[in-house]
Amino acid sequence: MNPVYRKRLWTHRIGIALSIGAMAIGLFFLMWILFTLLVKGFGALSFAMFTETTPAPGSDGGGLMNAIVGSLLMVGAATLISTPIGILAGIYLAEYGEESWLAQVTRFVTDIMLSAPSIVIGLFVYAIYVANVKHFSGWAGTFAISLIAVPVVVRTTDNMLKLVPSSLREAAFALGAPRWKVAMMVRLRAVKAGVITGVLLAVARISGETAPLLFTALNNQFFSANMNAPMANLPVVIFQFAMSPYDNWRELAWGGALLITFSVLGLNILSRTLLSQKTPT
Amino acid sequence: MNDSMTMTAVKPTLEISGLNFFYGGFQGLKNINLNVYEKKVTAFIGPSGCGKSTLLRTLNRMYDLYPGQRAEGKIIYNGRNILEPGQDVNMLRAKVGMVFQKPTPFPMSVYENIAFGVRLYENLSKGEMDERVEWALKKAALWTEVKDKLNKSGLSLSGGQQQRLCIARSVAVKPDVLLLDEPTSALDPISTAKIEELIAELKEDYTITIVTHNMQQAARCSDYTAYMYLGELVEFGETDQIFMNPAKKETQDYITGRFG
Amino acid sequence: MAPSEQKSADQQAAAKAMGSTMRKQRLQDFLFHKLTLAFALSVLLVLAGIIVSLIIGAWPALKEFGPAFITTVEWDPVNDQYGALIAIVGTVATSLIALLIAFPISFGIALFLTEICPAVLRRPLGTAVELLAGVPSIIYGMWGLFIFAPLFGDHIQPILKKTLGQLPVIGQLFQGPMMGIGILTAGLILAVMIIPFIASVMRDVFEIVPAVLKESAYGLGCTRWEVVRKVVLPYTKTGVVGGVMLGLGRALGETMAVTFVIGNAHKLSWSLFAPGNSIASTLANEFAEAESKLHVSSLFALGLILFVITFIVLTAAKLMLMGLSRREGAKS
Repeated sequence: MNPVYRKRLWTHRIGIALSIGAMAIGLFFLMWILFTLLVKGFGALSFAMFTETTPAPGSDGGGLMNAIVGSLLMVGAATLISTPIGILAGIYLAEYGEESWLAQVTRFVTDIMLSAPSIVIGLFVYAIYVANVKHFSGWAGTFAISLIAVPVVVRTTDNMLKLVPSSLREAAFALGAPRWKVAMMVRLRAVKAGVITGVLLAVARISGETAPLLFTALNNQFFSANMNAPMANLPVVIFQFAMSPYDNWRELAWGGALLITFSVLGLNILSRTLLSQKTPT
Repeated sequence: MNDSMTMTAVKPTLEISGLNFFYGGFQGLKNINLNVYEKKVTAFIGPSGCGKSTLLRTLNRMYDLYPGQRAEGKIIYNGRNILEPGQDVNMLRAKVGMVFQKPTPFPMSVYENIAFGVRLYENLSKGEMDERVEWALKKAALWTEVKDKLNKSGLSLSGGQQQRLCIARSVAVKPDVLLLDEPTSALDPISTAKIEELIAELKEDYTITIVTHNMQQAARCSDYTAYMYLGELVEFGETDQIFMNPAKKETQDYITGRFG
Repeated sequence: MAPSEQKSADQQAAAKAMGSTMRKQRLQDFLFHKLTLAFALSVLLVLAGIIVSLIIGAWPALKEFGPAFITTVEWDPVNDQYGALIAIVGTVATSLIALLIAFPISFGIALFLTEICPAVLRRPLGTAVELLAGVPSIIYGMWGLFIFAPLFGDHIQPILKKTLGQLPVIGQLFQGPMMGIGILTAGLILAVMIIPFIASVMRDVFEIVPAVLKESAYGLGCTRWEVVRKVVLPYTKTGVVGGVMLGLGRALGETMAVTFVIGNAHKLSWSLFAPGNSIASTLANEFAEAESKLHVSSLFALGLILFVITFIVLTAAKLMLMGLSRREGAKS
């Protein structure tokens, strides 16, 4: 074989092998982490985990009920707030984006906020809300995680709307429809599935966020559905319990970690299946 | 005598004069002057890039959607110049409808597709709306095929059916003019033939303007033909005359296939 | 009424109805524009609000310590003396370690998914990578602390000490007590966290390369690896750098994965094995219990520094990615 070609072939083979190796490393870590969660967290899964409140330091048993409820309340409220804001802002970017420099700037800033440090968001909410009302609360936590969810929804909505072919928009305008009807009843409807996916991805993202809740919702040892008081939530409980010396606390931490992870992964998979079924051609 | 076309006086619905069109710095239409006559079919033909679609899209100010595109000159409809800034564009489009090259059913049921346009400007009861939907679908020769599927999505129909749905949708709002932008180029020959039959029927009630790159289609379907080249109107006249005895050599060359 | 009068009366009524519909539509369009605009502006408002509130919160500390705040090592809540250097070094060091390790692996994964992977596996493997990106960071922290760190401290760190630790100059980095946690561990956990993120961005960037370009290279007889090195890479250079910087931006701000394993020590050391602190971990550990005004303000100052650094890095990344897709005519 031509020696020049042989050398090229070997370079190629090594490169490909390294590439496959990288993929293998990625998969390896994914498997390792999921496996760890299953092994360590499975033991904590029990009826009690869902029905009993977090145990006091040193006491036995206990569950995560108040934390689960608190997280559900805050994530639910944040979703209700961030979804309409995010979708309407996304519509603004897609509809008026070409004609307005303001829209271009907003799009840019939204993308930056997508990757902004979430602990700084917590600091911000603390500074403008918690410090003023002088107590931590579920509402503060909701506010903080809404700020993280909104850019996700805005971006997905904007991207999805831009996929709608211009001929569909023009057909609606050609009937004499006013701009808002074209935007809401034709364009948005055409990508309904994609927009819902964006919302689900936002929910998945905020379900696992800990940092923004550290100084806003704080935590609550007891069960409370009062959004105006410190509110128990899974991520902060896990943070507290994992680093503690108590065995039952650590076990509950793993159980909570398992719960969060598989909920988040489930949401991710759900949203991807939804999207692949309904993408407009 | 049966030859009513040359006997009765034909009224122009749209009078285009001195029309220039610009895509940013590039001039797409140069000094176009022609009339679109009432209840006749007018075809715009010419090679790619000649401006025929651009001309069609000025008639309902579709270019307004894109900043950087602008038109100068006059298009008189109902006594007013539709290019003037004060014109209500939505109203214009309710009277001058458009069907596109690619079928564009809305993401709704067949019934809702048609009701959408009607609801924009009329307040009909459920019974009246049902009648209107049926009427429009019959006009588009689609009723028998979809009457049991009114609640199914518009996207579930075949390509030819979707295009007829778009025609039904445009007809349902009772416009004066129908603009057809290469309506059959995405369809198979059988659907194309059905739509050409439809055009022959529709012209009894509506003024029709059709852009087509298929000369034979223009010769079959239209009463008047405009031949365009590089943004200019080369020749305009009755279809028979253009195809059998064109006045200009350029027209003759295009028609006989010497170029384009 | 005569028929012609009736007809014109009808026409007038119809015109009036049309007129009122026209006005209603114009109002609706106006309100729609304003409403969507308001929500879009709220994002900008939040950004401005964050910057302003951070500056206000940080002001007392900045006034007290001045620009020396950034270079002071001492972080002493007992004596109310604060300096940001430890936290900044920790943040930067862990992020750089993470990038160094994540870059080649993400690159390899992105390459695999776009060029090498058989079509059947592309979807599931791509999804697997995205799933890894979806795992909450606190999970990485826990896994890092309880599973990875002990293994690292018992098995890997001794090896590193014996090999890299013996080299001149960089050997200093690999000396010191092998506790499993510390700056290096934090960097490694961060690396695993940002790998799927950077891989995703790179994959999107690689997919922008037009097929015709690659086909021309294959047509000349290039091997797959050569097409990647000589066609795909030069074409997507800006995008790849942009993707890496996006990953850097994420790594800088990451809290939970780092807090668990960085060791939470307010000390600077040359050894990567030593425990330290990052800005995010300092905030996570101390903010809720900070007592004195100066302590709180210094923490705000740390937050401000982090936000500014991240903002700059992310802006640069975004500009690079936009540059690439503008070349393509694709929308970014």
